[in-house]
Amino acid sequence: MIPIMLKIAKTGLLGEPPPEPSDELRARAAEIQSGILEALGRALVIRHVDAGSCNGCELEIHAINNPYYNLEGLGIRFAASPRHADMLLVTGPVSVNMERALCIAYEAMPGPKLVVAIGECGCTGGIFGESYASRGRVSNVIPVDVAVPGCPPRPIEILRGILTAIRSTQTAGKAP
Amino acid sequence: MERARVTPEQWIETARRVRDDQGRLVALWGADDRDRGAFTVSAAYAASSGLEIAALPLPVRDAAYPDLSGLFPAAGRMQRAIADLLGIEARGAADARPWLRHGAWGAGEFPLRRDFAGSSVGNSEVPYPFVRVEGDGVHEIPVGPIHAGIIEPGHFRFSVVGEKVLRLEERLGYVHKGIDKRFESFTVAEGHRLAGRVSGDSTVAFAWAYAQAAESLLAVVPPTRARWLRALMLERERVANHLGDLGALGNDAAFAFALSQFMRLKEDWLRMNDRVFGHRLMMDRIVPGGVDAAVSAAQAEAILRQAHDLEGELAQLRSIFDEHAGLQDRFLTTGRVTPDLARRLGLCGLAGRASGQAHDLRADHPSDPYGQLDVKKVVYTAGDVAARVNARFDEVAESLRLIRTILLQVPDGETRVELPEAKAGAFGAGWIEGWRGEVFVALEAGERGRIRRGHAHDPSWQNWPLLEHAVIGNIVPDFPLINKSFNLSYSGVDS
Repeated sequence: MIPIMLKIAKTGLLGEPPPEPSDELRARAAEIQSGILEALGRALVIRHVDAGSCNGCELEIHAINNPYYNLEGLGIRFAASPRHADMLLVTGPVSVNMERALCIAYEAMPGPKLVVAIGECGCTGGIFGESYASRGRVSNVIPVDVAVPGCPPRPIEILRGILTAIRSTQTAGKAP
Repeated sequence: MERARVTPEQWIETARRVRDDQGRLVALWGADDRDRGAFTVSAAYAASSGLEIAALPLPVRDAAYPDLSGLFPAAGRMQRAIADLLGIEARGAADARPWLRHGAWGAGEFPLRRDFAGSSVGNSEVPYPFVRVEGDGVHEIPVGPIHAGIIEPGHFRFSVVGEKVLRLEERLGYVHKGIDKRFESFTVAEGHRLAGRVSGDSTVAFAWAYAQAAESLLAVVPPTRARWLRALMLERERVANHLGDLGALGNDAAFAFALSQFMRLKEDWLRMNDRVFGHRLMMDRIVPGGVDAAVSAAQAEAILRQAHDLEGELAQLRSIFDEHAGLQDRFLTTGRVTPDLARRLGLCGLAGRASGQAHDLRADHPSDPYGQLDVKKVVYTAGDVAARVNARFDEVAESLRLIRTILLQVPDGETRVELPEAKAGAFGAGWIEGWRGEVFVALEAGERGRIRRGHAHDPSWQNWPLLEHAVIGNIVPDFPLINKSFNLSYSGVDS
């Protein structure tokens, strides 16, 4: 136990501002939290669905959960069920074999059903495009609020996409 | 690499000879060569002399080939995938259920045939008969395709009594996005981008295997400095993935401390990739003919410093792991694959080495620069989660040593050569020890430099079936831990 406590003490708090874009995010942490509360009346809960990704985007979504990005500190967390989720974070071109599962997950969500498509494939179909096995971009299958390009997008860009989607509910008045 | 055209008799003889010689099946794929009068099915083997490929032409009217799953059980699912994509079958195979075809295309349609005009069925659901376990108190737990977490999709069907798993059956194929077919719309010179997205966590390994295949097809040799930089990237990819897995393994045993610590170390590691290579996962940095990367002296210095610091951190964390009774209680004897089972079913890569299968291409068939690096193979025999954890710690340490040696010895010079246009019909193959295991790419050129047939193979093909064995007799709550200890790719096999 002692080595663990020592290691924790020595590691300290890492939730310090990572390079540029997040400086800005960090400075507005309080604003982000109140924005989430205003839009959703509670913390933001996300359900991730890999609809056909190469798993590159999954690595970066994992990364936003690391201590540097302080996601839970902003009031954002990932849930295991779409029934608990305000937002669906979808990666990949939508493979035909995942189309049905994605639609079921989307339908299972309560309003406002925010959807953020992550990565080049989610935005455009990416390198896989549309084919006998791929429906291409996520918006070909379910409505998408925000699409985050990048192959894969850096964690900070994924975070920005998530926050942009929340803000768009405030401005567009997408009612829960 | 040796490649031979064989008869059906030689097809089986080759397989038997390789097996009797303690060799392994690396990959199995088919091609529509009807414009040359036949379908072709090809098998790549790891023989004692290196990579050996057998290509069997099949008559168009009776396109079936002798089943290999009796000699190499790993062939089973690959044969089912070939049947779905090409409509050529393994004669005598016990399991002929569809594998990749869930209903995206019809039973009489075959996407890899050159006259395939697109699916006519939209998306119909094809019923899939799982193997039922019957008996008093047996019930099934269906899981997926969407799993509870940030994970790729796949379906697991558990048959359990109480908490004990009697049987697990996997059904994969959900993220099939037609990569083999997609290769046909690229030229040999540009296909590395697609290969690097077969399984994102192994993008360096796939891009290198692809580059190797393209270079053997084009008969060009990449510059020495490029080969050394490729090895630097491959080892950095290995370290990144092992760090992530060590954290996740701790977390799956309710030791959140490990997740925070290792995710922090991994983030530092990826940020260094971003600074040096301009991409956190180093995608598209290995290209046919060399690398698209430059490492300055100052950057090399920074990487060396980081490797040194990480070594110290790992020693601390490893001793915390080793001395944590609760953690070791979850790791030890959990999810065991005995060396005998691993050998018979063909478990490969990191998981194979944790079950006594002492194969590592970097040491067994080293390509430049590994021949000069004297890679130490990490081998354990316990075959449990603990062995796979320890193997990761050891392999990170070895990779850090390799990274240091590479940076101290990497020669100066060119990093890329010009590529000639591919000659139609030319063939090449690439074979790389990625962090998970052996990644393989086969490539054949068509007209005007285009790819006629590209096939990318992830080692998860070999290892997924072993996961089904590893969980037998374990309790359901240990499944995530066992699964993570293998950490297999869905995208890599569904492709």
